[in-house]
Amino acid sequence: MFHLLWLVPAIPFAGAALLMIFGPRMAHRTAAWIGCCSIGISAVISMLIAWQFLHQPPAGGSYTQHLWTWMSVANFHLGISFYLDALSLIFMLVVTFVSFFIHVYSSEYMRGDEGFSRFFAYMNLFVASMLVLLLGSNLLLLYLGWEGVGVCSYLLIGFWYTDPKNGLAAQKAFITTRVGDTAMAVGLYLLFRQLGTLNIQSLMQAAQHQWPHGSVYATAAGLLLLGGACGKSAQLPLQTWLPDAMAGPTPTSALIHAATMVTAGVYLIARTHVLYSLAPTAQLAVAVVGAATLIAAGFAALVQDDIKRILAYSTVSQIGYMFLGLGVGAWTAAIFHFMTHAFFKALLFLASGMVITSMHHEQNIFKMGGLRKELPLAYWAFVIGGCSLAGLPLVTAGFYSKGLILWGALSSPVGSATLWFFGVIGVLMTSLYTFRLIFITFHGPCHHKPSQKTGWLMGVPVIVLMTLSVVGGFVELPSYLGNHPWFTNFLQSALPATAEGHAPLTELGAEGIVVLAFFLGLGAAWFFFLQRRELSESMAGSGLGRALHRWWYTDWGMDWLYDRLFVRPVGWFSRTNKKDAVDLIYTGTAAVTRSGWSSLRLTETGRVRWYATALVVGTVIFVLIVALL
Amino acid sequence: MEAIFYIAAIVAVLATVLTVTRLNPVHALLYLTVSLLAVAVVFYTLGAPFMAALEVVIYAGAIMVLFVFVVMLLNLGRHTVEIERSWLSPGAFVGPAILAAILVGEVSYLLARSGTLTPPVAEVSPHQVALSLYGPYLLGVELASFLLLGALVGAYHVGSRRAQGRTTVGSRSDRTGLASGGDLVRTGADRPSGAA
Amino acid sequence: MFALGLIGLLVRRNLLFILMAIEVMLNASGLAFVSAGARWGQADGQVMFLFILTVAAAEVAVGLALLLRLYHRFHSLDVDAASEMRG
Repeated sequence: MFHLLWLVPAIPFAGAALLMIFGPRMAHRTAAWIGCCSIGISAVISMLIAWQFLHQPPAGGSYTQHLWTWMSVANFHLGISFYLDALSLIFMLVVTFVSFFIHVYSSEYMRGDEGFSRFFAYMNLFVASMLVLLLGSNLLLLYLGWEGVGVCSYLLIGFWYTDPKNGLAAQKAFITTRVGDTAMAVGLYLLFRQLGTLNIQSLMQAAQHQWPHGSVYATAAGLLLLGGACGKSAQLPLQTWLPDAMAGPTPTSALIHAATMVTAGVYLIARTHVLYSLAPTAQLAVAVVGAATLIAAGFAALVQDDIKRILAYSTVSQIGYMFLGLGVGAWTAAIFHFMTHAFFKALLFLASGMVITSMHHEQNIFKMGGLRKELPLAYWAFVIGGCSLAGLPLVTAGFYSKGLILWGALSSPVGSATLWFFGVIGVLMTSLYTFRLIFITFHGPCHHKPSQKTGWLMGVPVIVLMTLSVVGGFVELPSYLGNHPWFTNFLQSALPATAEGHAPLTELGAEGIVVLAFFLGLGAAWFFFLQRRELSESMAGSGLGRALHRWWYTDWGMDWLYDRLFVRPVGWFSRTNKKDAVDLIYTGTAAVTRSGWSSLRLTETGRVRWYATALVVGTVIFVLIVALL
Repeated sequence: MEAIFYIAAIVAVLATVLTVTRLNPVHALLYLTVSLLAVAVVFYTLGAPFMAALEVVIYAGAIMVLFVFVVMLLNLGRHTVEIERSWLSPGAFVGPAILAAILVGEVSYLLARSGTLTPPVAEVSPHQVALSLYGPYLLGVELASFLLLGALVGAYHVGSRRAQGRTTVGSRSDRTGLASGGDLVRTGADRPSGAA
Repeated sequence: MFALGLIGLLVRRNLLFILMAIEVMLNASGLAFVSAGARWGQADGQVMFLFILTVAAAEVAVGLALLLRLYHRFHSLDVDAASEMRG
């Protein structure tokens, strides 16, 4: 089965190529079939591979498929080869499955859109690039996939390109992630320069042998890769692009900007976890970035009024949790949270897509309300997804994964009570903004009657993801609940276990505080946004409240800050340097050439005998020179 | 033998001078043929009988026939002689003659510097030429064959009526140029011919 | 003789005469090669003459074809009339 590994990225890629070439002349139905089937086949193959991986694990817990040599220069050998271990297997499974369901959903959601086949082409290309990113056995191949998903993200955010706003959002996403990508590229150069290879496994071994604990190089490389991860995963300070990225079609937001692509940074850090173990500073930076992001994004989510922007900020916040998990060395917890997050966030986005379709593309939650009766499926999807997101104890997946991360933050030797405390505040915030969203959208008075009903193509994926959002958490039961860490055990071959330090609280006690925070948030949301709506409005209306609202609404004024710090100085510089001092060399060359041309063209009379005379005079002079020498 | 050489050489030079100065193209062609035949005699006296034969057959035969055909095709009559006369003023010879004189002077200086000019004439047989031609110069022979093929195709293409029709019909400016062709000749005649 | 051909080339405005002058020049250089070959008793000179012969044949074929086209176009053999390629 393992030898079929190359098919997993190849089939979506073939689908994308097919759709790009023949798409414009293709019936929408055919395009949808090609788009969904290619991902479906890929998902089935991943499942077969996973089956074999479970029953006949490959030697050493990993399998490498070398396809061909990419480049070979001096000591620098790179192959197009895929590396499969427990980590990439989990990511591959989640990506192919979630993508498949989102593709099925899109085949109805995008129905009648002009760019139907174009949409599926981009989505397929995205899945293919994402799989290359996950399976690449060397960092350059990973980087290829990394840039590939970036391009697809750009194309899909600006999918409705006739509106310049969408184009601007796409550019913003592309340019902001580029900042991180540059850092990552520098990190790759550093790693190659110091360790002489880019193959991830040999790189990790070499790092372990050559670099001492806390080495400068490891720290630098770790921080640079963290920069790349921050850009792609929308972490502080590069998170500003993700909320704007919601300009794309909703399935895109579900797939790329919630479930898969934005977690590429998590994958990168988990993949290179050896580096971070060697560099405590870099690892601490990961944890701090995660904690800061989850709080900041939580507050920003609290005051948004666009349903998709709320979900976008919650994505940023949840990825902050994953970073926190990675930063404290709870590797498996972070990956676990990635998996559950992919399920429930995709679910939430798909459900919000149902709401938006029914409301004639209205996204402001304050113009909705009372949709509980009208859209029962969307309502229940939101309830289950929201509970999972906020971490309703015992029955939802989000509870287990987030609990594991928080326990890691408290108990691991790298973690601390401060980080844990931030995490708990984050839980409170998450619960608050999630239920605010649900209460405002689905409860209360009804403003608009929804019109369209959604069909089964949109319903089935939502139901499947609903199920997964609940049962997805049962693969890892904490010690106080029977202690069945199947997920951690499975990942053991790829990632080290979370180290246990001494914690000021028992696991059960810590979990109790988390649960308390959840219910506190739920209660506050219920009180402020359902029972006494006017109270929250008066709070927001007061002077301080308005200022805070504005500050958080603009994501802590980050866009404003960047505008002042980077955009305007660069704009000013380019305006003053309109003539371009550097270009003087080139324009000067052109001017010299042009003057030479205008003087030489006088000799070009078009008269043959004139040319002949010139030739003869030249010959005479030449022979004269020969004669005199 | 030596007397024949000198006589032939003088004939060749004289015939060439006449070729260059004649106004009637047919006369010029005849003088050119005479010049070529004289050169053939020079070749014979220099001990290259095969080359002499080739000179007669190809130069004086084939190439001259081509010229004669073209002159026939153009149907050059008495008025061309008049045009030639107007084009060919004695003053026009001054510049080229000076340049040519400098060149001749330079070459003779170089020859004089290089040493004795009276050579022992050694005959080179066609056998030797053939051995050399198909030995070290084989590549040259191949290239020459390519050149001839290219010339054949090129001449056919350039000269074919179809290509002519395409360009003249293709653009409007060509037709106006055609209509005012006579004017071009006249204005051409008014130009100072010593411009070269 | 080469110099005479050169003079002819420069003096004449009739393309036909110019082609003839070129023939004269080629022939003159061929003569120089053959006489040099005879002077040192080498076959190379005559081989070169053969090549020059080839070149002359090719040149005259293309040249005369061009001459015919020029005549059909301008109704004149004046090379100065064909100065449309002025830069």
